Amino acid sequence: MSGEETIQLAHGGGGRAMARLIEDVIRPVFADEELARGHDGAVLGVDGPIAFTTDSYVIRPLVFPGGDIGSLAVNGTVNDLAMCGARPLYMSVGLILEEGLPLSLLRRILASMRAAAAESGVRLVTGDTKVVDRGKADGVFINTAGIGAVVAPALIGPQAVRPGDAVLISGDIGRHGIAVMAARENLGLEMAIESDCAPLAVPVLALIERGIAVRCLRDLTRGGLASAAVEIAETARVSIVLDEAAVPVRDDVASACELLGLDPLHVANEGRFIAIVAPEDASRAVELLRGYPVSANAVLIGLVRAAPTGRGHVSCRGALGVARAIDMLSGEQLPRIC
Amino acid sequence: MKFRDEYRDGAAARRLADAIAHTVTRPWTLMEVCGGQTHAIVRFGIDVLLPSDITLVHGPGCPVCVTPVEYVDKAIEIAELEGVILCSFGDMLRVPGADGDLFAAKSRGADVRVVYSPLDAVVIARANPSRQVVFFAVGFETTAPANAMAAVQARREGLTNFSMLVSHVLVPPAMRAVLEGPGNRVQGFLAAGHVCTIMGLGEYGPIAEQYGVPIVATGFEPLDILEGVYLCIRQLEAGRSAVENQYARAVSPGGNRAAQALMDEVFRVIPRRWRGMGDIPDSGLGLAGGYADFDAERRFGAVATSEDAVGECISGLVLRGERKPPECAAFGVRCTPERPLGVTMVSSEGACAAYFRYRGVTAAVGGTR
Repeated sequence: MSGEETIQLAHGGGGRAMARLIEDVIRPVFADEELARGHDGAVLGVDGPIAFTTDSYVIRPLVFPGGDIGSLAVNGTVNDLAMCGARPLYMSVGLILEEGLPLSLLRRILASMRAAAAESGVRLVTGDTKVVDRGKADGVFINTAGIGAVVAPALIGPQAVRPGDAVLISGDIGRHGIAVMAARENLGLEMAIESDCAPLAVPVLALIERGIAVRCLRDLTRGGLASAAVEIAETARVSIVLDEAAVPVRDDVASACELLGLDPLHVANEGRFIAIVAPEDASRAVELLRGYPVSANAVLIGLVRAAPTGRGHVSCRGALGVARAIDMLSGEQLPRIC
Repeated sequence: MKFRDEYRDGAAARRLADAIAHTVTRPWTLMEVCGGQTHAIVRFGIDVLLPSDITLVHGPGCPVCVTPVEYVDKAIEIAELEGVILCSFGDMLRVPGADGDLFAAKSRGADVRVVYSPLDAVVIARANPSRQVVFFAVGFETTAPANAMAAVQARREGLTNFSMLVSHVLVPPAMRAVLEGPGNRVQGFLAAGHVCTIMGLGEYGPIAEQYGVPIVATGFEPLDILEGVYLCIRQLEAGRSAVENQYARAVSPGGNRAAQALMDEVFRVIPRRWRGMGDIPDSGLGLAGGYADFDAERRFGAVATSEDAVGECISGLVLRGERKPPECAAFGVRCTPERPLGVTMVSSEGACAAYFRYRGVTAAVGGTR
């Protein structure tokens, strides 16, 4: 046995060991006055309508190029709130720790949660910790919930989408999925592709505050750009037409996708969003987004059209000028044989 | 992106399509052999750019599609044995056997692992000396050399807990089977470029001569395929039937000698039953005598043979190029990737999956040629 400190079952037992873990490892990292009160829950005040969201995070490996499960959990919840047109304010954090998890790794994950929260100005105000037997979890599972104050003047969602609207994307796609797959499967790619994991609230709130007529926002996560576009098109019962050549994909990501037989449109992201805006605001929105590092490569990638059949769908004009249908992935994304 | 964008140039594609249109004077039916080519054709809409006189039918070059159901069943049976780790390429996991797929076996507790290279399975065997590690070796000449290398490596290391369930198939005998089929309509082939990279062009001369069909070794990018079609049509219009090499940047006439030597050492040619195509003589690879110890069928029992299920699915006809996916009454209606009736809808390389993915259910209403 090495001398490395690890999580023990006693850390979840409700006794002294657990109190020490919370006092020594968890609370100092978050250092919020609400947490510091050591009470059963946080008591908060918010004016006006709120957005409320929850998400659970499971990922292997826990640390990957460009982030870890901690930054992923905070940014993911921040982004969900931002997509509701809300300013992220408060978050809860539930940790499910596996027996044997190195304490150093837990500290690293908590530190990146704190850094991510600070970057977005969101406060971690309540939390919970459980420990499960070795083999019952992939090191750490994290559940979060988030509350934000809605700042958008009008409804943001698929229902607001109209034929003629412009579809913008905030940057290049596919990096998170390839980075995680390469790290997990040890693909030995020559290039180190880092995840795009990042908070999106700042550019999104800028769009709203500068009066852009934002119809719908969607952050791209699992299922990639394709799933986000299909979800919106089907809910709004419109046709979304994308221009493949306009969708930014970094060369190294494109190479990895070619090699693995994956379509970048289906690969996961954690720091990208699409914004559907009124046509007359499209170029102003692109310019505005380009003023922020996280959305510096924002670009117009498609248009909304009426769906004559009333059934929403997505198509994509390819390199040869011929359109193809875009659908969600069926089943898990699997690399091909040859 | 270099080596990709220049082969997807829209203007160059239209020039090639124009050249084809100027060359063709009557209807021709060509088969692209490889599932990768089928996907490129449907994804980029290459068939839409071609004159209506040219019909592209899709070949049997989908390794998952042609692996017999009894091998899938055997893989599941082995995976569910105590102490076994079954390693497979990801594509095989959702292929339905007689009773579920490998994903279902995994969810029941079987240790099924997706590997990206057969050598990863050897690494797993080395790391788990107390367990039997079985690699599900499927595919064409393209995957055979790496799979052979896994056997060589295992023997070199003296691993006694590694074996392979081998269902390897060979392309040229399948092309003969297509041409011999009673419903054959194929008049020329775009041969699978990557198979030719390994094996060279030597096997195709006799086929071209015997059946009077031009055979063009063709790559996988849109301009490759359009150029392959152009070369094939030019031959047909001139009454020629020769072997040509469109994919010279990857294919040399002799192929990859080192890979061939490796295959010769580890494998021997045997008859094989293909899913959807039946028994084809000399169309498969099995382990050669020196590697028989690594044969999973020796350790876990031989694969039973069974007949293909007969039903509404026409995947056999699709694999032989006699029908196209949208011509099936079940396509997109009773048969989708979520609820596939046949394996050409299951595999991402399968022709039915390609049409469904890139054309949607609209493909079924005669929207494609």
